[in-house]
Amino acid sequence: MGNRLRQRSVLPGFGLSMGYTLLYLSFIVLIPLSLLFIKSASLSWSAFWQTVTDARVLASYQLTFTASITAASVNAVFGLLVAWVLVRYDFPGKRVVDGLVDLPFALPTAVAGIALTAVYAPNGWIGQYLEPLGIKVAFTPLGIMIALTFIGLPFVVRTIQPVLQDLDKQYEEAAATLGASRWQTFVRVILPPIVPAMFTGFALAFARALGEYGSVVFIAGNMPMKTEITPLLIITKLEQYDYAGATAIAAVVLVASFFMLLVINLLQYKTSRRHMPG
Amino acid sequence: MPDLHVVPSQATSPRAIVGQTEAPWIRWLLITVALGFLGLVLIVPLAAVFTEAFAKGWELYLAALVEEEAWSAIKLTLLIASITVPLNLIFGVAAAWAIAKFQFAGKNLLVTLIDLPFAVSPVISGLIFVLLFGAQGVFAPVLEAYDIQIVYAWPGILLATLFVTFPFVARELIPVMQAQGTEEEEAAISLGASGWQTFWRVTLPNIKWGLLYGVILCNARAMGEFGAVSVVSGHIRGETNTIPLHVEILYNEYNFVAAFAVASLLAVLALFTLVIKSIVEWKSGEHRG
Repeated sequence: MGNRLRQRSVLPGFGLSMGYTLLYLSFIVLIPLSLLFIKSASLSWSAFWQTVTDARVLASYQLTFTASITAASVNAVFGLLVAWVLVRYDFPGKRVVDGLVDLPFALPTAVAGIALTAVYAPNGWIGQYLEPLGIKVAFTPLGIMIALTFIGLPFVVRTIQPVLQDLDKQYEEAAATLGASRWQTFVRVILPPIVPAMFTGFALAFARALGEYGSVVFIAGNMPMKTEITPLLIITKLEQYDYAGATAIAAVVLVASFFMLLVINLLQYKTSRRHMPG
Repeated sequence: MPDLHVVPSQATSPRAIVGQTEAPWIRWLLITVALGFLGLVLIVPLAAVFTEAFAKGWELYLAALVEEEAWSAIKLTLLIASITVPLNLIFGVAAAWAIAKFQFAGKNLLVTLIDLPFAVSPVISGLIFVLLFGAQGVFAPVLEAYDIQIVYAWPGILLATLFVTFPFVARELIPVMQAQGTEEEEAAISLGASGWQTFWRVTLPNIKWGLLYGVILCNARAMGEFGAVSVVSGHIRGETNTIPLHVEILYNEYNFVAAFAVASLLAVLALFTLVIKSIVEWKSGEHRG
């Protein structure tokens, strides 16, 4: 039985390490997470439906979805540019810049949130110049978008960078020798193998943005129907001791997240097959 | 038109072929736009943290850090991280050993399940523990009978942090261990080394940089987690506030200097994490080369 499930190996410790992995995984992740679905299944269907389609909740889905997709799109474009500049060009301070790209991974979301708010508030460093132009960033959907752009940037850069690095320059040289302009070479030769990585990075940034909380709540202003994101609504319901409502909305968000996880896995599977030699 | 500029003698050097690289002005334009974007999105907010923290001078900055509630937040954060990191480290090593050194059915599924906490919104990561251990939770009768408090106390914060930082070490180690293969370990075993000897003497030296980076990342997230911890903490001042939660309270009280002063501790931690990452990448690149 055991032999069919795993191939023979002379190395010891499979039983111990696998047993511990499964046990710890079950207790910390799987059991707590599945409970959320069990709990939401115990709600009556009409109560569940009423909660998750309430006008205020629908407005929050729309805002979260739109802001996340806009931020991920901005990141897809600028992420490609940053990855390109970091891989192809040399300039002073390049290594520092390369390291700083991961800042959104390392900086706690609450710190990012208050910092972005300070910068984009009407009297902030950048906000004070936008205010006379009639552009309000903090406490509007635009502010939410900027916070989500901050959070998502490294996902796109770090997905495109390795693909760009592994790109064989032979094809570019061939295209150039055959008389293609640099722009033609970029669009026809360089871009096609990068597109799957761009989509993966986009999907990763989008998925992260859907559930993001810390960096958004400070800059959002949190006005119901206008600048209230879905994760905040879950917290609001909890603070009102509406556990059923919080669970129902959380189940919807979780299903969306798992769907994105599936999409990302498919994209990564396709990218890795494309990169397989032969 | 540009073809006119290609002089035959230069055409032999690859750089001179027109269309193989960008014109210098395009290069500099792209570099400027990319750096401008990074400056706006990353550098300006980071600089803002420190500028705001020191806006009223050193005395107020230090005062915000030595104040009693700040201290209790720092102590709680250190406590949580000091339990979370070793637990997830042991798990990460065990999971990476099983996944990287053996072939078995369902491996991809297991890797996906380990990554699951990354896909879950931090708010939901906190919520699931409220549903388990909260006042209306599954275990509420048991906890009440024995007078144990988990949610709105430090054990709840610990559980939420464990969940959120669960994949970090495993995720760094799995690819490193897979790249190492199993030949060296198999040689050690066939020469008579025990399993533990093989792990300590052969495997560990090979994975130490990946391990270090996983630990540093796990620690940074454990100390900086906000959403999940915010749901389970209960925000009791001086008791269940971690550093990020303390930052939120100060900020909401319009005590901006203190909020940014405490936040600057976390920003320094983030910068330290990035430096370690660069060193680890440099070291592991050295090994490959």
